Amino acid sequence: MPVIWRRVLIFTISLFPLFFIVYKTITNQLGADPAKAIVLFTGTWAFYFLLITLSVTPLKRFASQSWLMTHRRMLGLFTLFYAITHLLSYLIFILGLDFSSFGSELVKRPYILLTIPAVVLLIALGATSTQAMMRRLGKNWVKLHKSIYLIAILAWLHVLLQVRSSYADAVLFGVLTALLLGVRVYWALRKTQRK
Amino acid sequence: MLIKKPSDIAPSEITPESIYLARRDFMRGTLATGVLGATVLSSQNLLADPSYVAAETANKGPEWLNTQIARAKADSQKLSEALTPFEHVSGHNNFYEFGYDKTDPAKKSQKFKPHPWQVEIAGQVGKPGKYNLEDLLKGIDLEERVYRLRCVEAWSMVIPWVGFPLASLLKRFEPNSNAKYVSFVTLKDSRQFPAQASSLSTIDWPYREALRIDEAMNPLTLLAVGLYGKTLPNQNGAPLRLVVPWKYGFKSIKSIVKIEFTERQPKTTWSQLAPNEYGFYANVNPNVDHPRWTQAKERRLPSGLFSPNVIPTQMFNGYADQVASLYMGLDLKKFY
Repeated sequence: MPVIWRRVLIFTISLFPLFFIVYKTITNQLGADPAKAIVLFTGTWAFYFLLITLSVTPLKRFASQSWLMTHRRMLGLFTLFYAITHLLSYLIFILGLDFSSFGSELVKRPYILLTIPAVVLLIALGATSTQAMMRRLGKNWVKLHKSIYLIAILAWLHVLLQVRSSYADAVLFGVLTALLLGVRVYWALRKTQRK
Repeated sequence: MLIKKPSDIAPSEITPESIYLARRDFMRGTLATGVLGATVLSSQNLLADPSYVAAETANKGPEWLNTQIARAKADSQKLSEALTPFEHVSGHNNFYEFGYDKTDPAKKSQKFKPHPWQVEIAGQVGKPGKYNLEDLLKGIDLEERVYRLRCVEAWSMVIPWVGFPLASLLKRFEPNSNAKYVSFVTLKDSRQFPAQASSLSTIDWPYREALRIDEAMNPLTLLAVGLYGKTLPNQNGAPLRLVVPWKYGFKSIKSIVKIEFTERQPKTTWSQLAPNEYGFYANVNPNVDHPRWTQAKERRLPSGLFSPNVIPTQMFNGYADQVASLYMGLDLKKFY
């Protein structure tokens, strides 16, 4: 399949979660507390896209699926997109754009506070994702974009700190994040041994 | 001769057949309470209210309980706040025995069997034993009570329960002077409660809750067997649940199989699980935050998307007049 068609296909599929939640919202299927349902849904999908983005390199190296590399940027940008949607839904639907209560919530709740560096970094990665920025930043581009690992850890802490009645989500995201980061640690160790 | 056309009778004025047929029940109920003219649920024209109609459609209760609920006395001091529609009261639930999503209880409680049901009475009482629900309710006059329900997760509803004061039941078992607390236990049965089989649950089943004896004896404390004029749906804690309106919702334990009178403060599920987040008292208090969110406000459900229905939370959920005296001298910041 030509690259352009793959691009269109992946772009469309990545929008499905958005279409789904918009459809559920306009057809009134989100129950008594739609705000909470939307925030939870968009946050979950932001994490899924983060994990998908982090799987591209391991898939290339273990399964020789190098064609995926062409689409890593788009997958990363969808991570940013769902994370921003998650944040905006929280601000608009839960807080009703009451920024003073956002301020007081921020300082009191570590699980919210730690999302700030994560979002700032995600925006920085999105802004520097173009070919031109890659060229301009050179070696520093790779260094900057390694902060995706930190973002993954922050995202996992964000889930872990909210555990109440079940560990299911924290374990699911924890295991997947640990696997994807663990593989990088393994590569790094092997590289230093070879030297 | 001019014959005058009779004035039209509005359909809402016509007594529905079920109510017409229940007129003897109504009269008996009135005589039993001794108050002539007291309103009984079945005598009110509730069939026009979509929530009461929906509850009627969903109702699967046994005949004896339906009859008793139909005779329930209507709430004479109904709250002025709008009732939360039946679809949300029965569709948005925290009942972790059925699953962790708010919609799980409605979806996964179809196979639950609330009848026949037994409740064990134990501890510091003169008459311990196992009682059939039907025997427990014999001779009890049910009543409708419209209460606010404030969940610890900062959402709230207004619900018309059908039940009776817990005190009237407890006194029958003759608690002795050592009975300082009353503890409650939910059924443990992973065939009926699928999530009790999950190994990732943080909860040590069965679910337990408890009240101080004076809280249990307070006239506001209710044992509910119905809502919206019909038997409790399974997802709302059928067949018998506690309703303590001035405390966070998790205190109002569902599907009760055991009531025990104890001398020491019993261990309760959430306060054991996360003692820094959930106290034994769990009184609704806008001045004491949950570590992860504020309790100063609540989302009254159903809450719209672009105009979130956020209202200030009241001390003791608005029941301070009736219950504040129970906590005189108690530091509510420490005993949250």
